[in-house]
Amino acid sequence: MTQAMNSNSTVRWFWFASPQTFFPLAGSIARWCAVGAVLLALAGLYVGLVVAPTDAQQGEVYRIIFIHVPAAWMSMFIYLVMAGWAAIGLAFNTRLSFMMAQALAPTGALFTFIALWTGSLWGRPTWGTYWVWDARLTSELILLFLYLGFMALHAAIDDPRRADRASALLAIVGAVNVPIIYYSVQWWNTLHQGASVSLTRAPSMAATMLTGMLLMALAFWAYSIAAVLVRVRCIIRERE
Amino acid sequence: MSPGFFLWGAYSVTFVALALEVIFLFRRSRRAGPPRQIK
Repeated sequence: MTQAMNSNSTVRWFWFASPQTFFPLAGSIARWCAVGAVLLALAGLYVGLVVAPTDAQQGEVYRIIFIHVPAAWMSMFIYLVMAGWAAIGLAFNTRLSFMMAQALAPTGALFTFIALWTGSLWGRPTWGTYWVWDARLTSELILLFLYLGFMALHAAIDDPRRADRASALLAIVGAVNVPIIYYSVQWWNTLHQGASVSLTRAPSMAATMLTGMLLMALAFWAYSIAAVLVRVRCIIRERE
Repeated sequence: MSPGFFLWGAYSVTFVALALEVIFLFRRSRRAGPPRQIK
């Protein structure tokens, strides 16, 4: 680890761009994040399912928010991170960047599926339907197809370096869908409600509800970091 | 259908899906074996 620091004690980030040096670091970060994910999820579930009050309009079914919103956030955020790693890989031709993009895709697809599934189960009692071709729902479904397309394209090309570059291009082009998902509720008349949490205005929900949701969001963050780092360690061992 | 049906449907599928990813990751990790050149 000391080799990663220069004389001024600043981290030489390019030192970690090598799969060999990143491998042990990923292992230790993954372990800590896995423990953090379990603890945060337990706290989030306790606050969300026990402490948070029943909603005056929706009753108990609103508690789906504690997994639906964090999963939807993760689905979009992971795609942006994946596209970022893909762009870095294309710009600097670093193997680890492509491996990171490859490792992020399955977890991102999983969170997209969870967001769609939980949203569908929330929509039935509140909207009266499991699915509607609403701008937010349709663009989120397209995100799932983009993840699946990325994984399928990578698996379809035998040469790993060519597979990396082809799927990286798809990831970068597909990133245009993320702002469409985010702003869809503002740009179009949608059945889906607007954002409950924003950086620019006060939250429109009770403090305990917000706490539960943020704890679950942190748990999903920690889980994603752990899962992706374990997967990238597998990819390093399979390819190097 | 009761709210419990939708709540359990959402929570159970979510955590089963996450648990399955963990199981598949462990299996893949075991199949990949110990690091060769990587120290």
